Amino acid sequence: MKGDIISVQNLKKSYGKHIVLDGLNFKVERGSIFALLGENGAGKTTTVRILATLIQADSGIATIAGYNTHREPESVRQQISLTGQYASVDELLTGEENLMMMGRLNHLNRDAVKKRTSELLKQFELVNAAKKSVKTYSGGMRRRLDIAISLLVSPQVIFLDEPTTGLDPRSRRNMWNLIQQLSEDGVTIFLTTQYLEEADQLADKIAVIDNGKIVEEGTAEELKRMIGDEKLELTFDDLEVFQLASKLLQAQANEKERSISIQNGSPENLRNLLNTLHEHGIEPSSINFRKPTLDDVFIDITSRKRRGRSVHA
Amino acid sequence: MRKSKLYWALSDGWTMSQRSLKHIFREPESLLMAIGLPVAIMVMFVYIFGGAIETGTEYVNYVVPGVIITCAGFGSSLIAISVTQDMVGGLFERLRSMALLPSSLMVGHVTGGFVRNAIATTVIFLVAMLIGFRPNAGFTEWLGIIGLLSLFMFSLNWLFVAIGLITKSVETANAATFPMLFLPYVSSAFVPTETMPTWLHTFADNQPMTPLIETLRGLLIGTPIGNNAWFTILWFGSLLIISFILSVAIFKRRKKE
Ligand SMILES: Nc1ncnc2c1ncn2[C@@H]1O[C@H](COP(=O)(O)OP(=O)(O)OP(=O)(O)O)[C@@H](O)[C@H]1O
Ligand SMILES: [Mg+2]
Repeated sequence: MKGDIISVQNLKKSYGKHIVLDGLNFKVERGSIFALLGENGAGKTTTVRILATLIQADSGIATIAGYNTHREPESVRQQISLTGQYASVDELLTGEENLMMMGRLNHLNRDAVKKRTSELLKQFELVNAAKKSVKTYSGGMRRRLDIAISLLVSPQVIFLDEPTTGLDPRSRRNMWNLIQQLSEDGVTIFLTTQYLEEADQLADKIAVIDNGKIVEEGTAEELKRMIGDEKLELTFDDLEVFQLASKLLQAQANEKERSISIQNGSPENLRNLLNTLHEHGIEPSSINFRKPTLDDVFIDITSRKRRGRSVHA
Repeated sequence: MRKSKLYWALSDGWTMSQRSLKHIFREPESLLMAIGLPVAIMVMFVYIFGGAIETGTEYVNYVVPGVIITCAGFGSSLIAISVTQDMVGGLFERLRSMALLPSSLMVGHVTGGFVRNAIATTVIFLVAMLIGFRPNAGFTEWLGIIGLLSLFMFSLNWLFVAIGLITKSVETANAATFPMLFLPYVSSAFVPTETMPTWLHTFADNQPMTPLIETLRGLLIGTPIGNNAWFTILWFGSLLIISFILSVAIFKRRKKE
């Protein structure tokens, strides 16, 4: 069955005077991986907590599989499982005991608990650590156990709040593989992240959240097309030279750092650029290639908005 | 077959209790502290101050009820720390997003705390016997002692669950355990209250620990009990009911945040 499994309309949430969510709108297609991308404090966890029925929005509507998170929380809870930003595993119990305990709390019968526990320990490569207390686990193992717990019952939607923050690059890659495998089984995955690269690797659709609003939404391709693939960055020692160069190149300039970013970093373009500069007797002090970061997305989005506004004014 | 709500409430409570029971020996610091501290206090009082305190009986016999109360009270107060840990960590969040009564979390802590306390107080009784404690309680008296101590522990366990739920950080929860170490000193636990200055004496005579200690002492070594047993039941029975209602109410509010 296709169609949207999560639908969010004009969701608002404030803590006192602090507006955290300011009219959020998005939809998540059944069986897809959806990434909510945002900086610290952007409102990612708040969104997840509203969808997982942990808190209530001040206004707006959120539904999961057709159930309203505010009016039918019990039904919503049967569709979802949540792996929060902070690990919910019990440090003093072993990995196996953690799974068994949560299995019982999920009201599976004894046999099912045993069966799921051993399946999940295998799937998440925790068999060797099964009988060790979680205290001795690495960050990646803890995270895996935490996610394994949310798969004890077969949920329709899995919420993963920053599943790879704090993991080393290798564990991060393993986690990505895991998430992709889960998605292949048909479950819908809603994840939050601060890393553009992560959203790029995993998500079918990315929504960028900033100041409590979705500022951009699309596939990784669409977002990348918008901000350009790789950037070429030229830096200059001298302010006057920098100003002259930015006039010549007509590109995004950063006066404080005396740097100029160029969207198209192809070798041909680079040669032309350097030639142009050379003709005017200018040499940049350094040249760098840079992969787009979340910063670039925000800079790009906000600068486009400003341009948009000045047109209307 | 679909099982009833009550079945699952009990089942979840039991699952969470098993967890807390495992914690007792996985992290024995709490148990050791709940035993070690009262034993140290007892030894100090019996061997250092005991000779100088006039109680009308052998001092070790006089002091044991107070030490037991200190042990049980301090043991209960440690619950606040573990409850706060669960609240600030991710466990509470996850339980709330699941289709079960998260209040089983509280039940688990109360049961676990009770068993830890039962172990600790038994050890204290044994150590007391080693250093000369000689109770003359019969079977009925022991039943009474166990009943009163259970009432005391359950009421304090729920009180400290409530405190653990309110507390926002583990450090604050830690501080909440302090009064339980200090309150027995301003009761008839270690010295007869008549020896205190008037204002302290008045406080000591009227705080709930004094009737409890007097009743326990009466049951253990046969000193007069008078109305103290009734006062004890009234004090701690009310505390149990109030703490329980309070815990449930605070829990409901924390759930909505
Ligand atoms: N219970 C609360 N009371 C008051 N303010 C809150 C509360 N919860 C969140 N906030 C505020 O709401 C804002 C958004 O928080 P949120 O946790 O949703 O951000 P986030 O995008 O998940 O950030 P991070 O990447 O750091 O996890 C923050 O400024 C935070 O201080
Ligand atoms: Mg967050």
